[in-house]
Amino acid sequence: MKKEFKVIADLLPKNVKVLDVGCGDGSLMSLLMKEKNIKASGLELVEEKVKKCIYKGLSVIEGNAETELHQFPNQSFDFVILSQTLQAFYSPEKVLKDLLRIGKSVIISIPNFGYWKVRTKLLFFGKMPVTKTLPNTWYNTPNLHMCTIKDLFDFCLEKNIKIDKVIGVNEDKTSEITKSNLEMKNLFSKLGIFLLS
Amino acid sequence: MQLNRDFLPSLAGLFFYMNEKLENIKKLTVSKPLLLDCKQTVKDFPLAYETYGKLNEFKDNAILVFHALTGDQFVSGINPITKREGWWVTAVGPGKAIDTDKYFVICANVIGGCMGSWGPKEVDKKTNQAYGLNFPVITIRDMVKAQETLLDHLGIKKLLCATGGSMGGMQLLQFCATFPNRTFSAVPIACSTSHSAQNIALNELARQAIMADPVWDKGKYLKKNVQPKNGLAVARMVGHISYLSEKGMQEKFGRKLQEKADYEFSFDADFQVESYLRHQGFTFVERFDANSVLYITRAMDYFDLSRQFKGGLVEAFKDQKTKFLVISFSSDWLYTTKENKDTVIALNASGADVSFAEIKTDKGHDSFLVNEPEFLKTLKGFIDSMYIKFKNEKRI
Repeated sequence: MKKEFKVIADLLPKNVKVLDVGCGDGSLMSLLMKEKNIKASGLELVEEKVKKCIYKGLSVIEGNAETELHQFPNQSFDFVILSQTLQAFYSPEKVLKDLLRIGKSVIISIPNFGYWKVRTKLLFFGKMPVTKTLPNTWYNTPNLHMCTIKDLFDFCLEKNIKIDKVIGVNEDKTSEITKSNLEMKNLFSKLGIFLLS
Repeated sequence: MQLNRDFLPSLAGLFFYMNEKLENIKKLTVSKPLLLDCKQTVKDFPLAYETYGKLNEFKDNAILVFHALTGDQFVSGINPITKREGWWVTAVGPGKAIDTDKYFVICANVIGGCMGSWGPKEVDKKTNQAYGLNFPVITIRDMVKAQETLLDHLGIKKLLCATGGSMGGMQLLQFCATFPNRTFSAVPIACSTSHSAQNIALNELARQAIMADPVWDKGKYLKKNVQPKNGLAVARMVGHISYLSEKGMQEKFGRKLQEKADYEFSFDADFQVESYLRHQGFTFVERFDANSVLYITRAMDYFDLSRQFKGGLVEAFKDQKTKFLVISFSSDWLYTTKENKDTVIALNASGADVSFAEIKTDKGHDSFLVNEPEFLKTLKGFIDSMYIKFKNEKRI
């Protein structure tokens, strides 16, 4: 989702050092380097995607975020980005703790299970929702821990993780999410982007 | 194991014929005094090297290749001494991953080696005889320091890239630690920052095989114009086993018999794998000096980068501006993916710019030398992208 990358880029100041966890083919890293002169490194599990990054001259480490985040020293990046993968980890809580250790700030985006279309699919059809942002069926989805924007919001409060900003994304529209509009935004955002520290 | 002692009767003659031919190769006499790790200082020693391609007017297309244990400076084309293909023709040459139409490739024979550089078979001016065991015990750092003088000689301030696999990779890591920012990028392949117990053990096996050969005679065999070829061949066989993977070996040889229908109930090479090892062993003795194996394997065993720096590896790689790509092979049990990843972790901890890729292959440690397309594509992709970056940085 290009809009998501745009929102993430807007959240970042110029010239900072960023780790993109699950960087894919490096599209976001390329964008950040070009637009903000950001020094970006990536971690990626899939060998083919790792090679694509290398061909582009991007710094990328082949590895599994679930088990290999320990290799990055404390506070070694200004920002750590995790785009739409938190829900796919066996232990999202452990990964999130590691991200907050490595980065001074953390940007996390999640597909919102509270989005109204997702809710209505389950409510009216009685089937696990399949949407554009959640294209897999129940038996082949990599998403082990689906959550809503509200879930992650509450989780951060419970674990004393400081929420600096939350942005809801629906197609091309973005809006800031606060405690007061959380219920509505949780219903109408496809994607939630959290800036934590 | 029984080896045919008369397998190559004319071997000694061949070896010394090779020595004569070594006069015609490129050599730099290193005049700058070099303080070795063993505290001896040497100067005016020969460093044999070869180059491929052309250095451009900006001098920003130079790539330094470090060779492995049994390698030499003849990376590509035909080795003029052995008349065989260079050891890395799969990766280096016109149109190859390291394209010599585009890049200027340099490789030097390590000191301690036997392809023209200062080594145990060179003549000691003090005694007018081959050094043998009077040659000082050298280290990876000594090798690297000697090679750095070649860059000065060629007028190269900063390399585009430096690379090497196995011991070549170890030299590269040492090079980056000792001479920070002498290269824009670096590709250490299938190597580690220190030699593991298993690797020391395998090297010891190779050395013991050589030293157990009576012809070796405490390293003085050159006086009699002979080589401890049986011991040296066994040493090479040990190496060859460790370069393959269990699966690769099974698939290549299985239990296939060598040009026979049934067992011969003897100790001849019944199995193809035996025949392969014997062939590898005996072709090796044609081109390599036994004492060089002792000295070079020792240098590998002594290699421990963390020992050289008070703060360990983090200190070794501190202030690196070099862009690293560490490559490992999934079936390599000599320098495992885990060991290569430890190098990545150390580089990360030092804040260096590092990439890492594991190539999935059954070809074992040998993967970097054979035609492994995924590896070669990765190497090419990295070097080509680094060239664009380096040009942009330098020529603006």
